[in-house]
Amino acid sequence: MPASTDIAILPDRAASIVEAGSAGGPVKCGKGSVAGSVSQRACVFCGSRVVLYPITDALHIVHGPIGCAAYTWDIRGAQSSGPQLFRNAFSTDLQELDVIYGGEQKLEHALLDLIAQHGPKAAFVYSTCIVGLIGDDVKAICKRVAAATNIPVLSVASEGFKGTKKDGYRAACEAVQHLVGTGDTSDIGPHSINLMGDFNIAGESWVIRDYFERIGIQVVATITGDGRVDAIRRCHGAKLNLVQCSGSMTHLAKSMEQDYGVPFKRVSFFGIEDMAAALYETARFFDSPELLDKARALVAEEVAKIMPQLSAWRADLNGRKAAVYVGGAFKAFSLVRALRTIGMTTAVVGTQTGDAEDYDQLREMCDPGTIIVDDSNPLELAKFCLAQDVDLFIGGVKERPIAYKLGIGFCDHNHERKECLAGFVGMLNFAREVHATVTSPVWNYVPRRAGAAHLELEEARS
Amino acid sequence: MMLDGTTAEVANRSALRINPAKTCQPIGAMYASLGIQGCMPHSHGSQGCCAYHRSHLTRHFKEPVMATTSSFTEGASVFGGMANLNQALKNIFTIYNPDIVAVHTTCLSEVIGDDIPSIVAKARESGAVPEGKIVIHANTPSFVGSHVTGFANMVSAMVNYLSESTGETKNQINVLPGYVEPADMRELKRLAAAVGVDIVMFPDTSGVLDGPLTGEYELFPRGGATVEQIKSSGDNIATLGLGHFASHIAAATLESKCNVPAAFLELPIGVTATDRFVDALRSYADVEVPEAVENERGRLVDLMSDLHQYFHGKRVAVSGDPDHVIALTQLLLELEMKPVYAITGSTGNQFEKRMHELLDGPVPEAKIKQNADLFELHQWMKNEPVDLLITNTYGKHIARTEDVPFVRFGFPILDRAAHRYYPTLGYAGAINLINQILNVILDRKDRDCPEAWYELVQ
Ligand code: SF4
Ligand code: SF4
Repeated sequence: MPASTDIAILPDRAASIVEAGSAGGPVKCGKGSVAGSVSQRACVFCGSRVVLYPITDALHIVHGPIGCAAYTWDIRGAQSSGPQLFRNAFSTDLQELDVIYGGEQKLEHALLDLIAQHGPKAAFVYSTCIVGLIGDDVKAICKRVAAATNIPVLSVASEGFKGTKKDGYRAACEAVQHLVGTGDTSDIGPHSINLMGDFNIAGESWVIRDYFERIGIQVVATITGDGRVDAIRRCHGAKLNLVQCSGSMTHLAKSMEQDYGVPFKRVSFFGIEDMAAALYETARFFDSPELLDKARALVAEEVAKIMPQLSAWRADLNGRKAAVYVGGAFKAFSLVRALRTIGMTTAVVGTQTGDAEDYDQLREMCDPGTIIVDDSNPLELAKFCLAQDVDLFIGGVKERPIAYKLGIGFCDHNHERKECLAGFVGMLNFAREVHATVTSPVWNYVPRRAGAAHLELEEARS
Repeated sequence: MMLDGTTAEVANRSALRINPAKTCQPIGAMYASLGIQGCMPHSHGSQGCCAYHRSHLTRHFKEPVMATTSSFTEGASVFGGMANLNQALKNIFTIYNPDIVAVHTTCLSEVIGDDIPSIVAKARESGAVPEGKIVIHANTPSFVGSHVTGFANMVSAMVNYLSESTGETKNQINVLPGYVEPADMRELKRLAAAVGVDIVMFPDTSGVLDGPLTGEYELFPRGGATVEQIKSSGDNIATLGLGHFASHIAAATLESKCNVPAAFLELPIGVTATDRFVDALRSYADVEVPEAVENERGRLVDLMSDLHQYFHGKRVAVSGDPDHVIALTQLLLELEMKPVYAITGSTGNQFEKRMHELLDGPVPEAKIKQNADLFELHQWMKNEPVDLLITNTYGKHIARTEDVPFVRFGFPILDRAAHRYYPTLGYAGAINLINQILNVILDRKDRDCPEAWYELVQ
């Protein structure tokens, strides 16, 4: 049986892996995972669920067998400043007979019961794989229930097998689209934005909202982090959309541009450079010197607050290497830059949903020799980490224990992060987390790394 | 708080599950498969399920969990998953090179109706499955039963595919441990060794999901029951199937397939149930229980006598897998606690029947329900409160809303880590469980009592 270092790369996969600085064709990507691989990817339903979940005053009901609801029950770590309804798991729990005779009645009853009981502002109904097969007319039920209850009841076409997580994002955007344009916009000012594609994990939307409000920009809706149905209903009154997670929200942003003439900008709130750029670009968009001055002042103030500490940590982290494996490419770009800010280089970088252009950009950004990979699997990742001798892995839930097994520090930059990593304060938290894990004495007990660079650091300090 | 909206008024619901106390079959099958050495679990369906099952197991065990998927797309859902499975098997043996692949279905491949054995047979013919490699399978439709059913189905697949009788009886006893933690499996092995009995246990996730940190990443950690061991189960003296829901089908299958007598026991949680387990080992293997094991038992009883005054009459609500709840209820009764509410999300009338046998005498007011959910349990607790709640992690919202002392027990536990090292089975496991229960009860007392009653000695 192979140990991680001598794993063969599937011939089919070879074209999905390149090195920065080397010649070669575009990275092969956007394909379904190879059957039989240990793919880290999820399904359409997963994509829809993660996007819509943080709309906190809506009812979210999963139409399907129990598993899909159970696995997505309150695991996202998206925080709410008010309603908590979204954190419950509601499911039609389809049984064998429902599969044979259809689950329509069950769904309708469930919706009517729940809406009567909880009085949500809207309801989202997620169709899972099996619903696609048995052919329940979910749309018709939603329509009937909406008419009977007087709230929007939105069907989310998220049958798992109909594509990848990306298609789920699209289905989610299409559901949200039905809310947009239905609220009153009369008190929305000229300097107003929506924050899109931030999910308020560890309270991140609150931090970003605060920055914009401090420089005098009105935040109409946060879509979907700490989301509220009423805010989304009137968000078309905002003058600009800022799209943070481009993978999930570009579709909605584009359609708002088309339908309501609200332009959008892609931004990132991770890392000093990207956060500052987001504020400046927004100020420039409104063509207001005053806003720009305020933005500059805010950036100066916030950076001054965190710089001394960042420099101290940077001294310890200088030259250390990181592996990054995240969902979207925009996050990967930000992370490469943020790691640079604390003196680290990126030696491995991969995403689940990047496209060819994204990978070209990564190739340009990263140092020669950096391994760039699309839709990787744990064995490849382990192999690359060992080959590049990295000190840190940035990834999600399934990667954490693998990193630890290899004796590598870990930072969760996915749904389960517990630290706010956005904004300037997020940069500080990020650096703290990275520093703590990379320099943890626990690695001294790992045979492979004992006595390595790690110990030198200890000595240098003492 | 999340559950502030829960009302005390309990209405009958037929169409709706709120905050489930179960999950779906494939994850149980995946967990069982991990208990075979050198085994790659394979999920025949779309990617999403497999990703969810792996993350969920990872969250519970804090260990890497590997499994492959057939990666169904729309095409596969229309034309069937044969091409996908064939391709998958070929790739799995080429890249990961396991000794054995354990295929389980998902709701999708079940509804399509893929016939796994014939697909695998064709794959073998085409050379996708190399000589000497094994593929087993279990049907695990997620719209039937729960994760426990999936586990049971995969264990019985192990028997179906692997167990053999050569005609020669081996002086060993089969133990089917049930849906328990790696630490429990380790504990069962230790206890059997202490009694002086050779056992073959499968599945066995110890060493697989509680492996040491070595700086290497092993795709197939060295724990687990070997294929050889499982094969030999057909020659052994007897089978102890622990837990009706998780182990009954496999033990019965082994009996009819290889003529190995099956004894059905409840999970050995608490004194009585562990006594039964030890006694079954003793009588089948015809050995004396050594003094060391008697002493272990004696220490447990000693602890129970030291502490019984803290437990007496305390009202407890329990939710979990049916085998867990049945066994745990017996421990609670031994402590003279009152399990007033006991539910499982899984289905099966055996649960209610057995729970009534246990509780009708000592706790006639007890409410017992299979196929229930945590929302309903919460409503009961609102009507008449309890002193202690024991559930998997998902009970934490209820515990906070109702301000009830809370012990995490069962699967999954997502918000604590060390549970995988502490058994709850056997005499040692009971000591651990009792300690946990005592701590939350006394912590609560210390927190709430008036200053005058805040004392060093309890
Ligand atoms: S689709 Fe079926 S098998 Fe997959 S997670 Fe949902 S319930 Fe489980
Ligand atoms: S059953 Fe379908 S929708 Fe549910 S998790 Fe699996 S792939 Fe996703």
